[in-house]
Amino acid sequence: MRIGVPKESKSGERRVAATPKTVEQMLKLGYDVSIETGAGLEASFDDAAFQAAGATIVGDEIWQADIILKINAPTPEEVARLHQGQILMSLLAPALDPDLVQALSARGVTALAMDAVPRISRAQSLDVLSSMANIAGYRAVIESANEFGSLFTGQVTAAGKVPPAKVLVVGAGVAGLAAIGTASSLGAIVRSFDARSEVAEQVESMGAEFLRIDVEDTGPSATGYAKEMGEDFNRKAAELYAEQAKDVDIVITTALIPGKPAPRLLTEEMVASMKPGSVIVDMAAANGGNVAGSRPDERVVTDNGVIILGYTDLPGRLPTQASQLFGTNLVNTLKLTTPGKDGQLVLDLDDPVVRGMTVAQSGEVLWPPPPVQVSAAPAAAAPPAEPPPPKKKMSDGTRLSLIGGVAAVFLLISAFSPEPFLGHFMVFALSVVIGFYVIGNVHHALHTPLMSVTNAISGIILVGALLQVGHEDFWVSVLAFIAILVASINVFGGFTVTARMLEMFKREDAVR
Amino acid sequence: MTITLVQGAYIVAALLFILALAGLSKHESARMGNRYGIIGMTIALVITIIAATAGVDAVGEANDTSGSGLMGLGLIAAAMAVGAVIGIWRARRVEMTGMPELIAILHSFVGLAAVLVGWNSSYEKNVPYPAIHDGEVFVGVFIGAVTFTGSIVAFLKLSARISSAPLMLPKHNAINLGIILIFFGMTAAYIATPADDTVVRQTLLGVMTALALFLGWHLVASIGGGDMPVVVSMLNSYSGWAAAAAGFLLDNDLLIITGALVGSSGAYLSYIMCRAMNRSFISVIAGGFGVEAGTVAGDTDYGEHREITAEGAAELLSEAHSVVITPGYGMAVAQAQYPVAELTSQLRKKGVDVRFGIHPVAGRLPGHMNVLLAEAKVPYDIVLEMDEINDDLPETDVVLVIGANDTVNPAAIDEPGSPIAGMPVLTVWEARNVIVFKRSMATGYAGVQNPLFFKDNTQMLFGDAKDRVEDILKAL
Repeated sequence: MRIGVPKESKSGERRVAATPKTVEQMLKLGYDVSIETGAGLEASFDDAAFQAAGATIVGDEIWQADIILKINAPTPEEVARLHQGQILMSLLAPALDPDLVQALSARGVTALAMDAVPRISRAQSLDVLSSMANIAGYRAVIESANEFGSLFTGQVTAAGKVPPAKVLVVGAGVAGLAAIGTASSLGAIVRSFDARSEVAEQVESMGAEFLRIDVEDTGPSATGYAKEMGEDFNRKAAELYAEQAKDVDIVITTALIPGKPAPRLLTEEMVASMKPGSVIVDMAAANGGNVAGSRPDERVVTDNGVIILGYTDLPGRLPTQASQLFGTNLVNTLKLTTPGKDGQLVLDLDDPVVRGMTVAQSGEVLWPPPPVQVSAAPAAAAPPAEPPPPKKKMSDGTRLSLIGGVAAVFLLISAFSPEPFLGHFMVFALSVVIGFYVIGNVHHALHTPLMSVTNAISGIILVGALLQVGHEDFWVSVLAFIAILVASINVFGGFTVTARMLEMFKREDAVR
Repeated sequence: MTITLVQGAYIVAALLFILALAGLSKHESARMGNRYGIIGMTIALVITIIAATAGVDAVGEANDTSGSGLMGLGLIAAAMAVGAVIGIWRARRVEMTGMPELIAILHSFVGLAAVLVGWNSSYEKNVPYPAIHDGEVFVGVFIGAVTFTGSIVAFLKLSARISSAPLMLPKHNAINLGIILIFFGMTAAYIATPADDTVVRQTLLGVMTALALFLGWHLVASIGGGDMPVVVSMLNSYSGWAAAAAGFLLDNDLLIITGALVGSSGAYLSYIMCRAMNRSFISVIAGGFGVEAGTVAGDTDYGEHREITAEGAAELLSEAHSVVITPGYGMAVAQAQYPVAELTSQLRKKGVDVRFGIHPVAGRLPGHMNVLLAEAKVPYDIVLEMDEINDDLPETDVVLVIGANDTVNPAAIDEPGSPIAGMPVLTVWEARNVIVFKRSMATGYAGVQNPLFFKDNTQMLFGDAKDRVEDILKAL
């Protein structure tokens, strides 16, 4: 099958759905790949690079390909160019834009929504929301730093002290965590808040302080995304925001609830209470915004000099890397749907991942999919496996009676044994105990040398053979001769190889 | 030479052997330990050679033994010279990766010598306690023969001359038990047979030797390659018991002491290994006892694995702050220890904190990985044991799993039904990134699929470990 990657038509979009690297991977899966001329220019991939990777460069006929890979949802004009039986993979936002899904299914197009990947760990490699949110979070911090009139990191210089910037990140999803990581690596003091208290650990691992409010645990939702919160919670959270707004220099909001308008977190009063020159990046601006006064794709300056950035194209501002990640997500989707690696796409609708993404197939609307349980949700989390029952320790009683029994049997045997035998046996028994204790604490690294030295020592059997050689019986001498020979190999070989090994450890010593 | 001098020398030698074993338990004293062993062995051999050739003055004229004279000395010198040349030549030439095979074949020599010594002393006449002596002959030959064939099978398995898959004869436990019972019966028959009935005695001894040889082969053949570290140390123990049995036979306390030392220390070492693998000690020494074939739940779908290129791995490594390398047998097979050591030193120069995490049963010999890394000059203070490194893994940026599989399998913890359930493993999946070097997606020795390969933070780097590590070096 032929894959076509058209140039993105959305204004300001700089990403492209394939890169030379992903082209190579798609070729490996058995597909032919066409790229619309100039599709990758904005992301720094020119036609020659795609050609070198094995793609053909075509013009308008790109829309004839069997599979269309795109970043953004197709415009009505683009939908009109799709044909029966074609497969489309792109962002579709099926929950927000049911008309588009209808239109696609009406044209007989099979559509896979890259933004409808179920949040199960197996599907993470396909999830463009995660991969895009990650770089968006990074870029949000960079954008805010660009607008902010001061340094992020604190310094003490000859010209005076520079205070570190204080950053509040609201919503600790993928974007939020990326923002936390970026801001703290720039040296800022980072705080974060999220309605899901179980993310506190992740927040702290990224180097931020997790702000808590005193309210009953909200718990995660069954889908792995945040859900809308109760009355009491919202009131207390608002108090927290109001208090923080007065203190921090940068606010980055990432709160999104899938399929619903973004929750309003910062009110006009809170924004007004912020210091002049403070920067707010509203990453939810496209869905209505978390911040009062933010407008999609615009830089707004409030009356008191607070800058509100509502950019919705944050991933697109890092077009090269964003294209690579988006492209890899697409390749991973193709891998999942190309089990034979033969360039034939097969949709296995029994697979919850494929089922979740497929919103339309051969004239049928398949959205919404049946709910998928996220394994991380507590409801689904199986109780931790029972540890295997510990080995039953012998009780002191049984142990004593066992020892007693062995001793009795031994005494019985010894009563009928000749005296020299018992003398030898005493030596034997004591040596067993010594052998046991002597190596009790042997260092793990020395197991091999220990084994080879004991092996050399057990060549002591040589002594026995030595005493037998030269016996009047010819065959006894022959056998003893052979025994001496093989046992000598053991003695000399064993000690030599041990010395060689220890020599290696010794050089280590010398190095140190 | 008086008998007391001989015995005195033996006591000194025995003490030196104890010092040798004690010394080998620490790095600082290990070389001294080896020297004690050599000195002890020299004393014992010199005194014995003199005693054997020049004769011994015992208490009372009647007990004196005449020496074998110059003829004996010549034979001894010839045999020892040949043996020494072969032994030293092999020991100098052996690759450190070939260590397990060498040690296994050396064990077989002790076993063979024990069999020969046992047979020889069965011809001895005028022994003071014939019944005890006969019993000792049987026990000595039996243990020696089991050690001999067992070690040979271990050698063949380790050097991949035969398949390392466990042999599963029907009723293998019954076969083993049957042979041991027959052995006891034959011992009794042998003791009961009058000393002058040479034909019957020789036949009994011959049949018993053959059975013991078979038992040794069968015991080790039914143990899978994954248990080889335990097998090698167990054979080490057997070879000690064989020497001890020979000591009883020859009324020689030095042999008894040494044999018992080696036997018990080897058994203890095997026990440590078994505990590390959560195997039952009994089931391993009894040759696959209680091993049920086919409990592998292979149907679980763990999803897709992800691949990474050597360049990608190099990138990850150069950006990491802390790296842990967990090697396994695959590193030994690919001879990858030198490039790995080179990689380590390059990364350390860049300020990356590189450490090694060694699972107790990594490789085919206890401590195998340590020896290989020492050979490649990896400083031993960054080579840590499983328990030392496991707590640090969540803080680690990148873990390189080089040729290890079962020892890093999360199924041991997560899946109670897994054949390796309960075995302590390196919890590498807690690290931020895991790169697994592997030739293919095939399972490890335990035949268990490894969910680690399908984890989100795991990426696979396929190919020969050595080539791949060299690729990473180039990319760095």
